[in-house]
Amino acid sequence: MEKTEMIESLIYTKPRSLQPIGTHYCPGCTHGIAHRLVAEVIDEMGIREQTIGVAPVGCAVFIYNYFDVDFAEASHGRAPAMATGIKRANPDKFVFTYQGDGDLASIGAAEILHAANRGEKISVIFINNGIYGMTGGQMAPTTIEGWKTTSSPMGRNVELHGYPIRMSEILAQIEGSAYIVRRSLHNVANIRRAKKAIRTAFEVQRMGLGLAMVELLSSCPTNWKISPDEALKVIEEKMLPVYPLGDFKVDPAIQKHGKGW
Amino acid sequence: MKKELLKGNVAFAEAAIRAGCEAYFGYPITPQTEALEHMSKRMPELGRTFIQAESEVAAINMVYGAACAGIQTMTSSSSPGVSLMMEGLSYIAGSEVPVVIVDIMRGGPGLGNIAPAQGDYNQMVKGGGHGDYRIIVLAPATIQELIDLTYEAFGLADKYRTIVAVLADGSLGQMMEPAVLPEMRPVRPVDKRPAWALTGAKGRDSHFITSIYLEPLDEEKFNQKLLETEAKIEANEVRYKELLLDDAEIAIVAFGTAGRVAQTAVKIARENGIKVGLLRPISLYPFPTDRIRRLADQVDGMLVTEMNSGQMVEDVRLAVEGRLPVSFYGRMGGVIPMPEEILDEVRKLKASITEKV
Repeated sequence: MEKTEMIESLIYTKPRSLQPIGTHYCPGCTHGIAHRLVAEVIDEMGIREQTIGVAPVGCAVFIYNYFDVDFAEASHGRAPAMATGIKRANPDKFVFTYQGDGDLASIGAAEILHAANRGEKISVIFINNGIYGMTGGQMAPTTIEGWKTTSSPMGRNVELHGYPIRMSEILAQIEGSAYIVRRSLHNVANIRRAKKAIRTAFEVQRMGLGLAMVELLSSCPTNWKISPDEALKVIEEKMLPVYPLGDFKVDPAIQKHGKGW
Repeated sequence: MKKELLKGNVAFAEAAIRAGCEAYFGYPITPQTEALEHMSKRMPELGRTFIQAESEVAAINMVYGAACAGIQTMTSSSSPGVSLMMEGLSYIAGSEVPVVIVDIMRGGPGLGNIAPAQGDYNQMVKGGGHGDYRIIVLAPATIQELIDLTYEAFGLADKYRTIVAVLADGSLGQMMEPAVLPEMRPVRPVDKRPAWALTGAKGRDSHFITSIYLEPLDEEKFNQKLLETEAKIEANEVRYKELLLDDAEIAIVAFGTAGRVAQTAVKIARENGIKVGLLRPISLYPFPTDRIRRLADQVDGMLVTEMNSGQMVEDVRLAVEGRLPVSFYGRMGGVIPMPEEILDEVRKLKASITEKV
């Protein structure tokens, strides 16, 4: 009898920087993808033991349970201020915040703006799904015109509620920001681009250039009240026209460095 | 160390630096701004961190972050600014990280004014932010005490992993007095940071600092832990000063600047043959409840005088438990009482007691 040799090669495993447990996120939620991308970047850079995360208030409030790195839990919107204190006390460490759109673009608008303006050497992962997830689907500052939410039941009326706010475009105007980009998590190609951007955001911190933020267009099937695959289509068809992907600020030192990481 | 003529705000800022404060975060507000200004010059000189934050909200959260990283850190502000910090203080209390805050109180409510007041007693002593917690509150009456208590505050904060507030009023922030500054302590070396600090999980398991306990039983357990700390604080950290209480028939109870004015009132009263003494609580939390209880067995009546509408008086009455008359005299709006006004109140109290007898 002929002997067949079985060769197994490991092509997928949980990143070291994630805890070996499941998350509480809803089916189809893109938080899991975003967590994984950040964890892979931390692993690839070999900085797990030098990284301190700051958690938001929102669906990702328990992110510290899922990452195997030091973490602090901020009050709602204050993560960039708290990260400022942590980074100033640990200038040689990698400090990142992970914030949703209610946290960063609404209640924490002042803190992110001024952290960027001070050029704080932190990386910001900004999850934009156009809705308040944890409290059950209320209108966010990023909610697209006409979208129905539990607090805009007739649809977002910009005359009454204001306009969807584009944080990346705003922060790109701030002199202290070094790297401000928007990516999306709606398909594999975009997820790969998102990971590269997250890597760059952490490398910017290593280079000490200023604040780096990666905005990630994300889905919330539960509160959008549609299926996970429909939700990904909504990102592509409804969110992209309002929130175009792109690089809004890239410090010349990053361009000079190229894509060598 | 020799005496120097020092302005209160500068004095406490320098005392904090000498205590080893490694990072200061603040926002300008009268009547404490000189502290921020002093820090803006001295901290960079010493290679330490100073940030003028975009708001008091941001400042306290920067303090929160720095404290989580295990360094000695502080902020200072005045009444309206401290109100803005209350959210952050509640989170800090819920995370058990050591923080020092100095509140140079002014008249209120609202924007109020910039004159000295003691209207933030309840806010500081009773917690202030949401949820169940208490913080150590120390009330100086002189620049020297302001220096000494600020210097000591850092050690207390570390010892109990709590917030320590130094609660003074605008007159203490603004006036100058001769005082001695303490010796300079070095900042804490990086390798001496507490084990719980967030410094990166090198050679150890990762850990996190949070104030959320979703399970009610877990939250209650945490609340009980805070109570245990408070019991230790109440057992060890009660501070007060006494003046001529041994033979006193009337006791004045007053803190901070009001206590200092009362000291003069006692002196005048004694010259007029009235047996009055003064108890000046220095720790407002923990409150000298036992001392007041014992005092209630000795004196015929107590007068509480404050630069507010009557806040500490409630704690005095709780300690006295209705056993004798406790009268109150307060000036508000940024007005400091004169010794004669307090003396008049002593006379009124004495007369009412004599009538009853």
